[in-house]
Amino acid sequence: MFDFRKSAAAIVAAASLGGLLGISPAEAQTLKVVMHSDVKILDPIWTTAYIQRNHGYMVWDTLFAMDEKFDVKPQMVDKYTVSPDNLTWTFTLRDGLEWHDGKPVTAEDCVASIKRWAARDSMGQKMMGSVANLEVVDAKTFKMNMKEPYGLVLQSLGKPSSNVPFMMPKKTAETDPMQQIKIEDVIGSGPFIFKADEWKPGEKIVYVKNTKYKPRSEPANGLSGGKVVKLDKVEWIAMPDVQTQVAAIQNGEIDMIESPGHDLLPLLSKDKNIKLVNYNPTGNQYVFRFNSTAKPFDNAKIRHAVFVAFAQEDFLKATIGDPTYFKVCKAPFVCGTPLATDAGMADVLNGNAAKAKQLLTEAGYDGTPIVLMHSTDLQVLTNLAPVAKSQMERAGFKVDMVSMDWQTLVARRVKKDPPNAGGWHAFLTSWVAADILNPVMAGFFNASCDKAMFGWPCDATIEKFRDQFAKETDPVKQKQIVEDLQKYWVDHPTHINVGQWYAPIARRTNIDGNLTAPVPVFWNVTKK
Amino acid sequence: MLDFIIRRLIAIIPVLTVVAVFVFLMLRLTPGDPAAVIAGDNATSDQIADIRTKLGLDEPIWTQFVIWISNILQGNFGESFFFKKTVAELIAQRVEPTLALAICTLVIAVTVAVPMGVLAAYRHGSLLDRIVMGFSVLGFSVPVFVIGYCLIYVFAIELGWLPVQGYIRIGVSFWGFLERMILPSITLAVIFVALIARMTRASVLEVLNEDYIRTARAKGLSNRVELMRHALRNAAVPILTVIGLGIAGLIGGAVVTESVYGLPGLGRLTVEAVLSRDFPTIQTVILLFSVVYVVINLLIDISYTLFDPRIRY
Repeated sequence: MFDFRKSAAAIVAAASLGGLLGISPAEAQTLKVVMHSDVKILDPIWTTAYIQRNHGYMVWDTLFAMDEKFDVKPQMVDKYTVSPDNLTWTFTLRDGLEWHDGKPVTAEDCVASIKRWAARDSMGQKMMGSVANLEVVDAKTFKMNMKEPYGLVLQSLGKPSSNVPFMMPKKTAETDPMQQIKIEDVIGSGPFIFKADEWKPGEKIVYVKNTKYKPRSEPANGLSGGKVVKLDKVEWIAMPDVQTQVAAIQNGEIDMIESPGHDLLPLLSKDKNIKLVNYNPTGNQYVFRFNSTAKPFDNAKIRHAVFVAFAQEDFLKATIGDPTYFKVCKAPFVCGTPLATDAGMADVLNGNAAKAKQLLTEAGYDGTPIVLMHSTDLQVLTNLAPVAKSQMERAGFKVDMVSMDWQTLVARRVKKDPPNAGGWHAFLTSWVAADILNPVMAGFFNASCDKAMFGWPCDATIEKFRDQFAKETDPVKQKQIVEDLQKYWVDHPTHINVGQWYAPIARRTNIDGNLTAPVPVFWNVTKK
Repeated sequence: MLDFIIRRLIAIIPVLTVVAVFVFLMLRLTPGDPAAVIAGDNATSDQIADIRTKLGLDEPIWTQFVIWISNILQGNFGESFFFKKTVAELIAQRVEPTLALAICTLVIAVTVAVPMGVLAAYRHGSLLDRIVMGFSVLGFSVPVFVIGYCLIYVFAIELGWLPVQGYIRIGVSFWGFLERMILPSITLAVIFVALIARMTRASVLEVLNEDYIRTARAKGLSNRVELMRHALRNAAVPILTVIGLGIAGLIGGAVVTESVYGLPGLGRLTVEAVLSRDFPTIQTVILLFSVVYVVINLLIDISYTLFDPRIRY
């Protein structure tokens, strides 16, 4: 016979014990993650830093999103049409979209959000150059009227990486694009809700499941599809010390590390409770950036000589080491993506020092020392500059490698001073592949002189190709433009891609469901 | 005494002025641009310039200094370049872990080191003395982070007795607080135990050779009374001096210890602020550390009068 009193006592005892031990049923569904950095800034439009982008995907939603195969699919948008002359785009929002404060998402919100994003993002600025106006039709519909056909409308609105066009309430989106939004305005319509009262900078940032979120009916695919949240709470724990991160995941205190150092991967892979997962198969690309305004790199032939002198494998072995996590790939728009091509690349990146030397002689290189900035505090970048120095010296360059921390490099690379007076000739960095999928998106291809990114290349032909690409609506012709651009760019490089690399996440074996995407997202993730 | 305290408090003003000028200039003269850090890797030069203007970093350096000082005089320590929070708020959030770490460390250090030093002096030349001195050398020599990693490996990973990292506020769970404080406090205390034990041994040893100790022994006092009432009390002044000077080391050690154990304290806030060139936060935290250092040393000076009646201010 069922003894109610005994059962009740047992339940009370179990609950008390659980309480004493600090165990609550909800804790089983709390995912504790160490991301690559602490979240300091809450506005993903104000900065292009990746941690803010990742934070953005938790809180806000996007009109369109990119799937695993780099196709752009509607996300907040239910349906869209484009007029036969490609001059009018009409977007209709899905039913049931709601901000975290319970107000409905409207077309007005989206128009204001697009304007703020476009004020900050180079791809957005390019698109808005072809936009006549944005017009609200009704609460759920808005139009984008174009001055001229533009081939990258969907790619721009579905841009997967920084800056992502996140949709915000009109009041928030009307914040000056040069100012951060306020903490109380961190209200989105995305799958998670930011817990302002639990945010402790330097300690943790907390998101809870948005129970009112209506996912799309399609299965999750890349950043598109149904954003079904299978956790109650996600905590991003700030833990700067990598050794401590490893100890904490081994001890079960955290569930996942977004970006464990490559030198610690062998240690993690030996632990049977931990699994390494490469959620981003296109990974990242190392890049050598020229200052095209500083002699001798104002001479395209000398820049080309560096291209000829470099060999990717040396860079990758020196930094990543394990071939599982790198790929020799000559395609500047990243191997495995729709615009990947080796066109024009046959004679470069082969480590041909003799040919490079000959090119230098022909170009009249006068022995000016190349000021190569070497960042020493970021493990994934530290060994790149010494390899570049060695390969350039073999080709006959004189190289003055200047070591500094990354933030000093970041400050120095925006200076146009002469290289021997606080300026620079070159440095190495890394891009997430999702940021460089086409010549408009890839910032280092921007060759619009002073308006270009640091390095300030000034090349009308490259700009002409980029404009043609942006305005071309036929994907086949777009690919042809990319091939033509690439053949020209090899001889007139703005930068050099020196290899593709991957950074797996480390997760406890009871965690599953990380989506294949260029950004670590937490919908679909389960914790057993 | 009151005159002395007032004089010392007034002396804080020029000390803080020098610190303020030095920190402000050092930050402006060292390479690094907070606007470039904020803007992120994909930002254009124009975007970085816009952010610099918004932060007031395009003003002449002396204008920036005058604005900062006048704000401080009005009790406004400014707003962090990164967090949409005032520096005062940020510090208030971070002060508890550091304070807890400092207090636990000092308690462990004094509790362990003083008896160790006294015993080593009392058994001068014995095996115990050599062990204490050996430990002192080791404590000085091994870096804090190495001790931290070793303790984590043994007590958290292998034995599973304590957590690796994190902090729970004392008001949330006392046990949670305690178990997360044990390893960091021991880690940071090692160097202090070494320092204080060594100083205690030397001071007590010197006092043990004094005539009044011989007299005390001749009177038939017990070893405990002889050591505690006569030897240790008279040896206290140099020991207190070392503890006071050690506060500076404690602040430095807290920076490393908080990073190793993931404690969200002022030490880590300082590191984060330095790495991201968050000028208002660095300036205020360093000023705060200076005030703490000066005030603690004032308290130590005052405490001398408790142990040595000959000292008068």
